[in-house]
Amino acid sequence: MLLRTAHQLTVENDGIVETIALARGISRVHVIREICLHLAPYQAGEKPITGETVIAKDLTIDSLAIMDMVMELEDRFDVSIPMSVIAEIHTVDQLADTIQDLRASQG
Amino acid sequence: MGLFDRHAGLLEAYRDVRTTGLDPFQIRMERVLSPTEAIINGKPTLLVGTNNYFGLTFDPSCMEAAIEAIRAEGTGTTGSRIANGSYTEHVALEQEIAQFYGKKHCMVFTTGYQANLGVISTLADQGDFLLIDADSHASIYDACKMTRAEVVRFKHNDPSSLEARLRRLSGKEGGDKPGNRVVVLEGIYSMLGDSAPLKEFIEVCKKYGAYVLVDEAHSLGALGDNGRGLCEAVGVLDDCHFIVGTFSKTLGAIGGYCVSDDPDFDILRVTVRSYMFTASLPPSIVASVRQALRVVKARPELRKQLWDNVSTLYDGLKDQGFTLGPEHGPVVGVHLPDRMTAIGFWRAMLEAGIYVNVAVPPATPNGVSLLRCSLCAVHTSEQLEHMVEVMTGIGRQMGVLPPPKLRAASGR
Repeated sequence: MLLRTAHQLTVENDGIVETIALARGISRVHVIREICLHLAPYQAGEKPITGETVIAKDLTIDSLAIMDMVMELEDRFDVSIPMSVIAEIHTVDQLADTIQDLRASQG
Repeated sequence: MGLFDRHAGLLEAYRDVRTTGLDPFQIRMERVLSPTEAIINGKPTLLVGTNNYFGLTFDPSCMEAAIEAIRAEGTGTTGSRIANGSYTEHVALEQEIAQFYGKKHCMVFTTGYQANLGVISTLADQGDFLLIDADSHASIYDACKMTRAEVVRFKHNDPSSLEARLRRLSGKEGGDKPGNRVVVLEGIYSMLGDSAPLKEFIEVCKKYGAYVLVDEAHSLGALGDNGRGLCEAVGVLDDCHFIVGTFSKTLGAIGGYCVSDDPDFDILRVTVRSYMFTASLPPSIVASVRQALRVVKARPELRKQLWDNVSTLYDGLKDQGFTLGPEHGPVVGVHLPDRMTAIGFWRAMLEAGIYVNVAVPPATPNGVSLLRCSLCAVHTSEQLEHMVEVMTGIGRQMGVLPPPKLRAASGR
């Protein structure tokens, strides 16, 4: 699957994500879907969360909550994202790329 | 772009605070009368937010020691220890703290902040891994910005979260990533007064060969049979490679320290920049700290008084229905629903003659708004019972607590 942005997905907290097997080569769509689930509470107005969404700017999430969300995603995908790397991540796409890259290298 | 544009959001929030009344971040203590009382806005105010856990700021023996030192050696050292040399008293203080912990080495810093900043950023460098609790103090976060080590946060007080992160550093087929692992923990966390599950953390660190640094800033004096902190209380002093602490709380002055058994520890004296490039502690501070340490050893009853006072305040507030930090501690954090409620509550308390700290995001974990109270061994139970009454009244007025009628109906 080569979906690049999250707006092509229906984001529902339906528990399906929890049932996805955690193979190292997890698909990008699942990573983005999980990120969107974590970001949904911070959605500003009706504007959908997409791959291009700038997390700290387009949403109502503060820097501390971003760090805590990243910690949840780390455990969900079994990767550790160093703080210096988090600082360089701006968009949902970049976060997904980072998680996928780290899954490949930390596995 | 203006220099302060990046702070626009903060400026706006801060303006809200300042224009609606007293500014909790710029309070003036017109005169401090004792460890528990000051004149604020022209009237005597009970201090329950100054980290003065043993009340030693006005201990006559500590004050005399400081005055004597000024007469003997002057007001300041006018430079760092690598440039102006160590005074005999600096060395004596380091030996006494090392002995207090039963460790071989001690380095004294000019503030506790500088101790964390310098030691943590120097211990872990390029190729190493720093693992820090998510609720770590600002000095630890700032140290992380100064190191080339990879920094990873784990969930607050969660040994399994630390373990997952240490495990990930073990590569495929048992090939570990090279580099030291340094884990940073705190004895008591400064906002909610909760302590780390240190025994469990130590087990995880041993399993993965990680070094452990524990910051006992808020637990020195308060925990352990001899007041050495959480490391002593849970029996893991020998397993903590580095213990950091401060002189500015229980010991009533200012300064920081780090103790260790590592044979090469002293190399830090020529590598830690926050030690090398700042003026050393003045003789008066060194003298009062040495005396305060003697008082901590000689008067264990102060520790008991402190914890009795913790119980009076914590249990009193809990009984009235306040939401508090998870456990008894010398810091009692009172949860309030939002920033402006916390600030309004804080102001009402100050008007009623009680000073506490207000802690709001981003200085607090999980974005909570808190009134942060810190107990003192020399608070009287009457003072604290009065404080519970005042807070209950304000809590009801502000709708933070249910009105008394409802509580009666609930059978209490």
